[in-house]
Amino acid sequence: MKALAEIRGSGGRFAGLTRAVVALVLLCLATLSSLAEQRFPPPDFVETNHQIPATATPGARALWLQYGDIVVLAAALGVALWLIYRRRSRPGLVWLSLFSMAYFGFYRNGCICSIGSLQNVSLALADPSYSISWTALAFFVLPLAVALFSGRAFCAGVCPHGALQDLLLLKPLKVPAWLEHGLGILPFVYLGIGVLLAATGSLFVICEYDPFIPIFRLSGRAVMVGAGAGFVLLSVFVGRPYCRFLCPYGALLKLGAIVAKGRVRVTPDTCTQCRLCEHSCPFGAMREPESPPVTPAALAGGRRRLALALVLVPVLILAGAGLGSRLANRASLLNPTVALAARLSREAAAPVPTGPLSPDDFALARARENPRALTADATAAQRRFAIGTPLFGGWLGLVVGAKLLSLALHRRRSDYEPDRGSCFGCARCFEFCPNELVRRGLTPAAALPALPTPRT
Amino acid sequence: MNPPIPQFPRSRRQFLRDGARAAALTGLGGLFALTAERAGGRPRVWQIDPQKCVRCGNCATHCVLEQSAVKCVHAHAICGYCQLCTGYFEPEPNELNTAAENCLCPTAAIKRTYVEDPYYEYSIDEGLCIGCAKCVEGCNRFGNGSLFLQVRHDRCLNCNECAISKACPVDAFQRIPADHPYLLKTMAHGA
Repeated sequence: MKALAEIRGSGGRFAGLTRAVVALVLLCLATLSSLAEQRFPPPDFVETNHQIPATATPGARALWLQYGDIVVLAAALGVALWLIYRRRSRPGLVWLSLFSMAYFGFYRNGCICSIGSLQNVSLALADPSYSISWTALAFFVLPLAVALFSGRAFCAGVCPHGALQDLLLLKPLKVPAWLEHGLGILPFVYLGIGVLLAATGSLFVICEYDPFIPIFRLSGRAVMVGAGAGFVLLSVFVGRPYCRFLCPYGALLKLGAIVAKGRVRVTPDTCTQCRLCEHSCPFGAMREPESPPVTPAALAGGRRRLALALVLVPVLILAGAGLGSRLANRASLLNPTVALAARLSREAAAPVPTGPLSPDDFALARARENPRALTADATAAQRRFAIGTPLFGGWLGLVVGAKLLSLALHRRRSDYEPDRGSCFGCARCFEFCPNELVRRGLTPAAALPALPTPRT
Repeated sequence: MNPPIPQFPRSRRQFLRDGARAAALTGLGGLFALTAERAGGRPRVWQIDPQKCVRCGNCATHCVLEQSAVKCVHAHAICGYCQLCTGYFEPEPNELNTAAENCLCPTAAIKRTYVEDPYYEYSIDEGLCIGCAKCVEGCNRFGNGSLFLQVRHDRCLNCNECAISKACPVDAFQRIPADHPYLLKTMAHGA
């Protein structure tokens, strides 16, 4: 080193020599270091002629099996549609549910699933560098397309989550209407949260906090095993609690089913208004006949409520967006990169830890190595949150506003019929309708009670 | 002659519903087209880059499976077959034998078999390995670095978003093409 310094000090005269020496030293160092890495050269086993074993590389799941999942999904959707609309068979749907639970749940371990796929699609839309798999895309699009034509056939017997809850339902209790309406907003809120966090590249919250995954995998974090047990217990008494009050993909399917072409009818025959179907529905999806109020006072009251709701919708959206933009910075801390950058700026002066490092210390050490790159990544993530959080706030406002609007609207309904959005198509009511049983030839027509006089 | 079938005018609600459905179908189609353009590519799986891995221990605890799908893998071709293996033995072992108090592995997942003097072969029992990386750290610090962590695809569920990848402090997790799903070491580390 000293000699090197001397040579360098002697200036231009030895410049060429200096360069040569430096290059030589560097070359030696490189050779030395690479020798030092291979500290103990592998033996050649001349005595025993021992064969060095190769490293085993068990392959990933075959591609054709993944595309097979799409085929199974499409086939199951087709069978569900046939069972609901053609066979109108509850036992058939129970068998289909058992199959779906076994295949998509316990065999595929609940992954890939349509509920989670909405996050893949969100991330793929927000981040051009993310390459979404065809399977995830198909699992997102197929059930939605079916819902737009014939309602929630996916929920009826294809979704493993729904199948599990439906099969557990032994003693259904009626959820009061106010609670049903209130909790019914949650799936849309959860949908917004899931899309926001996925699109900003923060985390796949819907997958991480799925209560049924620990059941399908027979393992999981203690908290989620507890949540799963809770939902299982709840499913015995409350019909499909996750589907009705939490499932974000169910929220999308609900929107699809509301505008769907076809719909589930209890019976294509005349309704005798016996109310048996209403009692048979464990999901509170059956709507009773309704006729708009005719007195001028009631009409005026209804109009006032509707006008108020219409005015409130934009106000709520703007308020939500405003609140969202205020909370954007705080929400961005949910992104691991932003959180790490925040920690780096907070602990910039803290001494570098010595000794065995914890995972957090490793992360901080890496951040210190290249703080500029980290800050750039964090700023990009924050920018995504600055757009996403107000949108999420606006979405919340829209959800609440739309709920108020739907409560203010009157519907003209002469018969008992399933609500388009809430009906899962479980086919329970078909077996309770006396007219339907006669139509299918399962009971003699003579067993029917005389038609009551229709309501006016 | 049959009486004419009465034609009911489409109600306002029906019209709105049809319009909304058409809009939703267009939206879904557009979404599909936009995403499908980005889909493509070969299917991918999660894998650890052994050159980036810092053996922090998160792989053992953050996998969604109770027993992590990340296992220690041994590239025998670059192993020195040392008698005193720093991936196998505690830093200051009492004796160089297979007694538990001398071993680094908490689950005795490394098998040590005599080959010829003074060489021993070390192999991993993946049924016992929990992916804690204690041996990997020992081997990389003092040995050739022939032990390293890999996601084993016969166990990995290929989650939508790998839970360990989010917990990895050095971004060593990446998605790689499924037809070449391993990042094996073929040379000693750094070389």
